[in-house]
Amino acid sequence: MTNKIKVGIPKAFLYYRYNILWENFFKKLGCEVVTSPDTNKDIIEQGKEYSIDEACLSSKIYMGHVSYLSDKCDYILVPRISDYGKNEKVCVKFNGLYDVVKNTFLFTKFIDYNIEKTKHKTEFMGLFKLGLKFSKNPFKVIYAYKYAKRKERIYNNKIKIQQELILKNKKLKILIVAHPYNIYDKYIGKPIIDFLTKMNIDILYADRLDKEISIKNSYKLSKGLYWSYSRELIGAVEYYKEKINGIIFITAFPCGPDSLVNELLIRKINDIPIINILIDESTAEAGLHTRLESFIDIVKQKEEKNE
Amino acid sequence: MNKKITFPHIGNYYIPFYYLITNLCKCEVIIPPPITKKTIELGSKYSPDYVCAPFKYNLGNFIESIEKGANIVLQAGGGCRYGYYAELQEQILKDLNYDIEFINFIENNRVSIKKVYKFAKRLNPKLTRIKFYYHLINATLMIIIMDKLGRYMREYIGFAKNDKEFEQVEKNLFNELKGKISINRLIKIYFKYKNKYKNIEINKPQDCLKVGIVGELYSIMEPYSSCYIEKKLAKKGIQVKRFTTITYLLLQKKYNINKLLKKGKKYLKYHLGADGTESVVLSQELAKKGYDGIIHIKSFGCTPEINAMPIMAKVSEDYHIPIIYFSFDSQDNTVGVDTRLEAFYDMIVARKEK
Repeated sequence: MTNKIKVGIPKAFLYYRYNILWENFFKKLGCEVVTSPDTNKDIIEQGKEYSIDEACLSSKIYMGHVSYLSDKCDYILVPRISDYGKNEKVCVKFNGLYDVVKNTFLFTKFIDYNIEKTKHKTEFMGLFKLGLKFSKNPFKVIYAYKYAKRKERIYNNKIKIQQELILKNKKLKILIVAHPYNIYDKYIGKPIIDFLTKMNIDILYADRLDKEISIKNSYKLSKGLYWSYSRELIGAVEYYKEKINGIIFITAFPCGPDSLVNELLIRKINDIPIINILIDESTAEAGLHTRLESFIDIVKQKEEKNE
Repeated sequence: MNKKITFPHIGNYYIPFYYLITNLCKCEVIIPPPITKKTIELGSKYSPDYVCAPFKYNLGNFIESIEKGANIVLQAGGGCRYGYYAELQEQILKDLNYDIEFINFIENNRVSIKKVYKFAKRLNPKLTRIKFYYHLINATLMIIIMDKLGRYMREYIGFAKNDKEFEQVEKNLFNELKGKISINRLIKIYFKYKNKYKNIEINKPQDCLKVGIVGELYSIMEPYSSCYIEKKLAKKGIQVKRFTTITYLLLQKKYNINKLLKKGKKYLKYHLGADGTESVVLSQELAKKGYDGIIHIKSFGCTPEINAMPIMAKVSEDYHIPIIYFSFDSQDNTVGVDTRLEAFYDMIVARKEK
């Protein structure tokens, strides 16, 4: 039996967007995929050690995951994303992520691919070039990409349908607007979701809405927004506006795009209760629960008045 | 209603901006009052907490000039978060019940000349395209003159026999630039002041201390926001080199950036966004040229520079060059900056003596 090449995928940042694609792609190419575990105390401590103080919490968590994986696999995948087209940029953090990680962990091997559509570097081209490292047969790489892409589509559809089902319930509904890497992270978002579920509240996720619908709706709130990921989120606010009882923004300190976008939304939306929760390394659970509880009280009061 | 235009401050560049807008739009232009503690307090009061400092300075400028009667606000900037300032600032000013028109010259992350023309044409229907470009060229020349002479000044001001002389010449230069302008006159002004600068008596030793400044553009170019760090260095008798100027950002960056990436191949595979690439590669270049230290300044939370910092740390290690990092917020922390600068100065002096 030959040893399979192990590709490590840190469970942070874009993992939550591309995990199905990456896992299937590398498995089809005959690699073994190693994913880091959920964020835990060790990972956060490691992450803090390897990043500078001012970096955002999400990126510190990312560094922690990379550090965890650094001795457990042959390569670690770190994508570099610049833009998805004109006026569809991403946070500059993703522009430099590969170089930052590479210069921090000197003895680990990294693989990367680049998405920069304004310079004609698409996701397919990036992954195709990357795939040729693992398989000499270009058709196999193309097949792996197509296969992974199909799996991703199926998964996304499943999630969309789940979200639509929630809308039919009659419980209180709260929309959570946060980057997927924050809300699904065990350290940042999980305590909030757990608490809301315990309070018997239905949660809608802004990132689970169909991206096209979301982008179309987002223009009603902001014309000039050029961060692709933020645009996908704020569209959901406009789309669900009439069907929800409250909105929770979750931000990791000090997120650049969120600092402006969330403030704009809070100023623009006046008829729905909104809370902006900022999570940093020292957020205490008790304080968080108090804030959420009082927020839910407000939501409930408003609901009773309307009835 | 009379139209009165205003724009945010950045260093001394209000002079060319003022010239350009008055000549293009033929409207009254209100230059915001010089940045003071009050400006930043006003700005911080209405800004989100953890937005970067330039946002707060700009907002403070706007509020102060609106109180003085301005009703059209201009904003232009791009690259990082800067490009999205306009939309939120407009909303904040409207929530404060100011009746203003907010104009953003940014399109696709770059200053759009077409938008500037359209805006000027609307306010001043008599404007022709030739006149538009004529004034644009004049304003650009003004910026180039200011930057060129500024660079000379940064190199030598630390060694002047009489400190005040440089500042006096600079003041005269600005006064002359504020007067009547034509291309011929600008060229004359340039040579006249170049000579004046050269005639100032200086006493510069061969192996003086040399320090480079890299980092985020606003903090570098607006001396108030970086606690006048350049002046402090000059007082200690240090030659200061900095690359970021408006000339660089508007005219040279586009052509320079791929060259930089090639030079910094050892550290970078991709661009870091905004001025991050410059920070890394220029530190490397400065280290190769034998500079004694590098000062990196940015406003708190600037993501592109945060990208650059871990890589700069590696440059510092590889080339044995000390780098000091300053992060400026809306708080006034002159004392803290002084202490750290003092320590840095002592260190580079000690290294030099070795």
